[in-house]
Amino acid sequence: MTGFRAAAAMGKRVRGRALVAKDGFSARYDLDRVNGVFARPEHKLAGQSYVGRVLVLDAAKGGVATAWMLHEMAARDVMPLALVLNRVNPIMVQGAALADFTMMSGFDVDITAVVPDGALVEVDTEADPPCLRILPGP
Amino acid sequence: MRLNDEEQAMLAGGAGPARQWAIDHQMRVGRYLGAADFVPVSQAHIMADTESLGSAGVAWLERLAALPEDQRSVRIPTITDPRGTDFAAAARLKQQDWMLALERRAIAAFEALGVLMTDTCINYQTIMPAVRGEHMAYGDTGVVIYSNSVLGARSNFEGGPSALAAGLTGRTPRYGYHLPDKRRATLLMRVDFTPRELHDWGALGGIVGRIAGDYWQVPALVGIDRVPTSDELKHFGAALASYGSVALFHMVGVTPEAQRLADVADPSLTPAATIAEADLRAFQGAYRSGIDKVDVVVFSTPQLSLLELRALAGMLDGRRTTVPLLVVTSPQVKPDADRLGITARIEATGGLVLSGMCFYQSYAREMAEANGWQSLVTNSAKLVNILGGYGYRPALLSMQECVDAACTGRIA
Repeated sequence: MTGFRAAAAMGKRVRGRALVAKDGFSARYDLDRVNGVFARPEHKLAGQSYVGRVLVLDAAKGGVATAWMLHEMAARDVMPLALVLNRVNPIMVQGAALADFTMMSGFDVDITAVVPDGALVEVDTEADPPCLRILPGP
Repeated sequence: MRLNDEEQAMLAGGAGPARQWAIDHQMRVGRYLGAADFVPVSQAHIMADTESLGSAGVAWLERLAALPEDQRSVRIPTITDPRGTDFAAAARLKQQDWMLALERRAIAAFEALGVLMTDTCINYQTIMPAVRGEHMAYGDTGVVIYSNSVLGARSNFEGGPSALAAGLTGRTPRYGYHLPDKRRATLLMRVDFTPRELHDWGALGGIVGRIAGDYWQVPALVGIDRVPTSDELKHFGAALASYGSVALFHMVGVTPEAQRLADVADPSLTPAATIAEADLRAFQGAYRSGIDKVDVVVFSTPQLSLLELRALAGMLDGRRTTVPLLVVTSPQVKPDADRLGITARIEATGGLVLSGMCFYQSYAREMAEANGWQSLVTNSAKLVNILGGYGYRPALLSMQECVDAACTGRIA
């Protein structure tokens, strides 16, 4: 089992399949939140569903709307399972706090380069320090 | 986080459940981002259009608004970003009744909380500009970057929930751009071409934003050879914040904290890039590619100042639009535009002047579907950055080129 320590985390500990890209994340700019897919044509995950996935991306992008939108997405249950980022901005943290959403950030490595797309991962927000683990198995 | 007696009382519920939620929320954010304590703020600015809120967010606001008045009222002046509609024009935009009903519910909830419904993203031009060193809890990335950079205020990006929390507690966690050492330049860029038009300033902001890449970068620009206007810095900052999630920049010789490069940058900081006119044209050209027929022309994002409206009216005088032309301003500017005959001049050509909304915050996807809009022309770099995800094909042109497109239905 391979693990990567993070600088900060919040929300519940979860396990799920990773959806990985060296790209940013903004709920307003990037997502079709009705259908649960990445919608911005230039995004590396354009057309892919994020519902129930552990998103492993580079940096928080865009404006302030994500602070409300994570809460709205959670209410409709059209939502990623967790968000793992190299770098956050305050909006992601504020949105995750309101939505009680699992988020982790700040690694010693580029997390998008070391987690294989589709890998089963555990986002352990309860560990000290917080840790992202790649679990064995298909 | 260190709490004083008042903050501990709020956390314990002594000031009611709204303030208890607010300070708990702020502590969760503050702990994540390394805040040691709170800093008092003198204003809050809330972004809360109902497309973002959704019915779940509006219901959440209504629960706060149902509390007794002494428990629910904000403690500091708290104002709002644009709403999701201009009720007077909603039918022409083909917005649906459920959108308007949700907006009315959100407005009623905010009013019950004591929030001033200013509905503007240019409060630094119209309501009360921040003073250098003043700590704020501003929402809207354009407001934050302008206030931090041009005015020398201290604010992080405060999303709607956190800005409301700041309104309720009168403070915000002390991290990021509230701290002097975080305001030093991390990235130096040389500009070989001082932009002339607003869409050039937006393109420059977009380029710097793409290079900067995240919230914690503070770009310093050298080489701007004249003092830009407020509208120029408005477009530059809005685009920089949009493309890069950047909240603070320095423009050497222009912005107040960077009269000299040495004021904000260590001597070891060397230019990461040099930006030339060709880079701006390439940035703009990438959006223009493949667009011929124009479905709608939009001036918005940020809302237009009175001077932008006057310039637009001058370009439109004597002409007639053939495709929808939407012009968005603030509720503070609109009465002056009406009084001075500017609104009438724009609308005489077929344009529509909207107040208190912003195009991308107004159910842009649904408006596109209802009106059959795909190709959109604007002079706002921030707007073209956002609208790709809403299914539009946007082009970034000058104000004059946008006017020509509105009148001919094509890009020249």
